[in-house]
Amino acid sequence: MTDDREAIFSRVRGALAPLRERAPLPQYDADMAVLRKMIAGRDLAELLAERMKRVSAHAYTSAAAVADFLKAGGWTRGYCDPALWPQLAPHFGAGFTVETDFDRKRVDDYAFGITRAAGAVAESGTIVLNDAATSRRLAALAPWVHIAVVERAAIFSDLTQAVAALGQDRNVIWVTGPSKTADVEGILIEGVHGPGVQIALIV
Amino acid sequence: MRFQPIDQYSAGLKADTRASVYQSTKSTHEKRTKLLFDQFAAPDRLRELAGEIKQHAIENLDTYLPQVEARLKANGAQVHWAGTAESACAAVLKIMRDRGATKMVKAKTMVSEEIELAHYLEKHGLEALETDLGEFIVQIDDDHPSHIVRPIIHKNRREIATSFEREGLGAYNDDPGTITRRARHFLRHKYLEADVGLTGANFVSAESGRIVLVTNEGNSRFCLAATKCHIALVGIEKIVPRDRDLSILLNLLGRSGTAQDLTVYTEFISGPKSPAQPDGPEEMHVIFVDNGRTEVLASDCREILRCIRCGACLNVCPVYRQASGHAYRSVYPGPVGAVLSPLLMKDKFPQKADLPKASSLCGACNEVCPVNIPIPDLLLRLRNRAKEENVPSPGTPPMGAWALMASQPTAWKAALAGGKLLNYVPTKLIPVPALQAWADKRALPAWRGGEFRKWMRQRAQ
Ligand code: SF4
Repeated sequence: MTDDREAIFSRVRGALAPLRERAPLPQYDADMAVLRKMIAGRDLAELLAERMKRVSAHAYTSAAAVADFLKAGGWTRGYCDPALWPQLAPHFGAGFTVETDFDRKRVDDYAFGITRAAGAVAESGTIVLNDAATSRRLAALAPWVHIAVVERAAIFSDLTQAVAALGQDRNVIWVTGPSKTADVEGILIEGVHGPGVQIALIV
Repeated sequence: MRFQPIDQYSAGLKADTRASVYQSTKSTHEKRTKLLFDQFAAPDRLRELAGEIKQHAIENLDTYLPQVEARLKANGAQVHWAGTAESACAAVLKIMRDRGATKMVKAKTMVSEEIELAHYLEKHGLEALETDLGEFIVQIDDDHPSHIVRPIIHKNRREIATSFEREGLGAYNDDPGTITRRARHFLRHKYLEADVGLTGANFVSAESGRIVLVTNEGNSRFCLAATKCHIALVGIEKIVPRDRDLSILLNLLGRSGTAQDLTVYTEFISGPKSPAQPDGPEEMHVIFVDNGRTEVLASDCREILRCIRCGACLNVCPVYRQASGHAYRSVYPGPVGAVLSPLLMKDKFPQKADLPKASSLCGACNEVCPVNIPIPDLLLRLRNRAKEENVPSPGTPPMGAWALMASQPTAWKAALAGGKLLNYVPTKLIPVPALQAWADKRALPAWRGGEFRKWMRQRAQ
């Protein structure tokens, strides 16, 4: 395959050699694609909640409300990041079975997973996860309900800002609503491989 | 042959397939347009800019490819190069064999379709399972995708339910929610058993070596949460110069393809998992695939390499809407495919040289393309190439008689005068069914041959 490398590079050089000039790298205002009108003057946590609703995700500002929502849906067994559970446990109370270890052999036992988010993007209603913040990738993905704990100060206004802040983490994932498909006759179905219910708990 | 090949394929299309392809492409296109124009003051300027970014990237691949290779290596990924489909398949096989891996879960990647990876691995005794719902259904039916974003746009729920029943995924049930739930249950255990997760890449930043993957279902994320080895198959044209360019392209991709502000999962991968993270690949391989792309780069159609595979040109195309995807006999259907597929055939170009002709050159594809590819111009260049290479052109009426007439002034004048006779022919009575069907709905305008010349002569005096 070293041969393939040399062959490809030499074909690329050969293909480009006849060009008298190359297309320049355009310079542009990074804000070009930002939905300014939507963001201007808004409280970012409020805007985030509003935009999440639009992609059929939910935002809460109290842990007790999340616990009520889970109970109402019958999702009482789940996983929680061990670093978060001490603060959350008092709001959940009895009636919940919560593990702070995720056993991949029993992936279907967890109806919900609670992990920390690295941030969020208000403009698009997006939750930002990364390897540093997420205790287990699987716990944020496999359960039917995912609850991401988002710090108010970590909400970006727009995607351009979020790209600029990608940082050094080896894996960053933006989650905009629940997992979905429209493959069967164009009908929208939520919860294909990932969560069918996506929640942000803004703290 | 009486018709162009694409007509023959589309003539055999079932009525409900045609209707569903037409309906869903049309509605996606309309939502796309509304979204872009509601949200942005100048969406066309954004498309032009995205096109300039990608054009710059492909015209500087000689700089960016070595740069991205160095970045990826520094990030801890292993980089491979594959000149052909065979060598890309062989590279995947070798990685799997070296690890003693037997099971792969695959996210959707067009390159893997192009190189027919799943079949290749199966032939070598390895399992390669599609996880995108549509691609999974295509795989169990041994079918082909017919749209680059919506692989089973040509199937209805009843057909899918029948396939699921046949595969032992439960008793017949054609409710789309049930179908999805059954696939969810079946596939999640497959992810957890698999040794290797294979993905494509929507973009690769030369600046950071970040690979960007977008999906709505979350299947590529599951591949990267459950398996220990990640292989990314990447066409060499997927490069973007800088991270900041990603926000322009991502803003356009979801809106153009599926009328979403942003695709549900947008993942930025710059290496194997972080050491402290329990889940995810410890090993990451990136295979850069040429498979004809350098020929495209050398051609006068290199603009097509800007394509970000959004599918918007398929959705808007009047030919695709009628013919559906299989009529293009290629991995890439629709307007993008009419350009890319013949080019990727390399010296077998004549086999697909008819595709550029299956277009009315209406220009709609260019207008919706998020990277502003002048598809109609490229189609014309390819028609020209077919002519120059003397590729036979089935379905095109012979133009010899017309050419003779048009080059002989006397013959031309005689024909113009003779044409007046047409005004007295009762078109409706001519015993040719096609002509009768045509005349049923339309009337020929009165023949006025020669009037223009008369008018010219008078003006000249
Ligand atoms: S050619 Fe343009 S519109 Fe068509 S799929 Fe590619 S990027 Fe999308």
